[in-house]
Amino acid sequence: MTRSTAIATRELSKTYKDVRALDNVTLDLEPNRIYGLLGRNGAGKTTLMSILTGQNYPDQGTAHIFGHEPFEHDLILSRICFIRESQKYPDDFKVHQAFKAAAMFFENWDEQLAQDLVEAFALPTKRRIKKLSRGQLSAVGVIIGMASRAEITFFDEPYLGLDAVARQIFYDRLVEDFAEYPRTIVLSSHLIDEVANLLEHVIVIDKGRIVVDSDAEELRGAAVTVTGDAKRVQEFIGAADVLHRDSLGALASVTIKAKLSADQREQAKLMGLDLSPVSLQQLVVRSALSTNEGTDERTEARA
Amino acid sequence: MIDDSKPIFMQIAELIENDIISGVLAEEAQVPSTNEFAAFYRINPATAAKGINRLVEDGLLYKKRGIGMFVTQGAPQRLREKRREKFQQQFIAPLTAEASKLGIGIEELVSMIKTGSAG
Repeated sequence: MTRSTAIATRELSKTYKDVRALDNVTLDLEPNRIYGLLGRNGAGKTTLMSILTGQNYPDQGTAHIFGHEPFEHDLILSRICFIRESQKYPDDFKVHQAFKAAAMFFENWDEQLAQDLVEAFALPTKRRIKKLSRGQLSAVGVIIGMASRAEITFFDEPYLGLDAVARQIFYDRLVEDFAEYPRTIVLSSHLIDEVANLLEHVIVIDKGRIVVDSDAEELRGAAVTVTGDAKRVQEFIGAADVLHRDSLGALASVTIKAKLSADQREQAKLMGLDLSPVSLQQLVVRSALSTNEGTDERTEARA
Repeated sequence: MIDDSKPIFMQIAELIENDIISGVLAEEAQVPSTNEFAAFYRINPATAAKGINRLVEDGLLYKKRGIGMFVTQGAPQRLREKRREKFQQQFIAPLTAEASKLGIGIEELVSMIKTGSAG
């Protein structure tokens, strides 16, 4: 852990009854970057973010935000903003009252940005929050998360009920505002393709364990799908790390973890093989699946 | 535009290179800022900056402090030479490989190219 680390965890573990929600999670998040926290539902994303924001505590291990433990630490808590998937607000609050409360809590609050976003999302600010539609409720969260300009902002699946247009408004405004006011943003999502290009760093969590912790750019082109005659595909991939394999008769389509050189691409072409890129979404799905398969094999071997 | 085949910063660098070669960005023209690129292509600003910095390192763009990025004198010419070197490997080799698979001889290939470019 260096002084410039925004978030640092060491061997963080949390168990609910018989479910291991977090399993030895060790991470370092640097300031002023956009992180993607990706994984399936129930993988441990929300548990991790709750612990990092002091709303939950680990069974084992440590979590530090700007060098301090977040739990019951007011100075730290005023520097972070956590927008939950099902964010709760006081029952009889109207939308503008929720914004007023957020403005009092977050010292970097930008009222102009909040107003702009209210307009962009066409949000009725005089309505009671409990009368809002699911999408409008999500818009309230997105607006608070953005306008708070907190040093660390967690968005936990913030787009429930938002249509494709509204989600695009969110992504566009996020990039725009982040460019002008860099800060640490942790975006948890399972709509990976939608957010992939916004991310600088990708963390994939599966069954409570970190399975990918890598710069987004390093993951791009880190895997490739080779398709063609099964024998030739096998000959080409050799001992490469296989993430996924499909076959149809004599045809095989194999996704391998490998960065191909120009020569290797040339060779594939000459062998009559097709190479296709693997999206971050596919890579995440494949990584999660292959770790599961790995676990199963180990379990079987022991049994 | 942006796809998954390679790192985005490389794709941004190539997009700018293409604009320099085609003359969309003339010599001494100002290049959009990192944040403008990020907003336009909906990518992370750090990634856009990395692509632009690569062209600065290659001497194709230069910085005027406090003003922005500009296309270096002679950049289109240098890029064209670089692309010519790659042309053989990128286009001719696969073309002749496919032609020989189909039993198209060099003579026939040449005449096909002539007919094609005349049309």
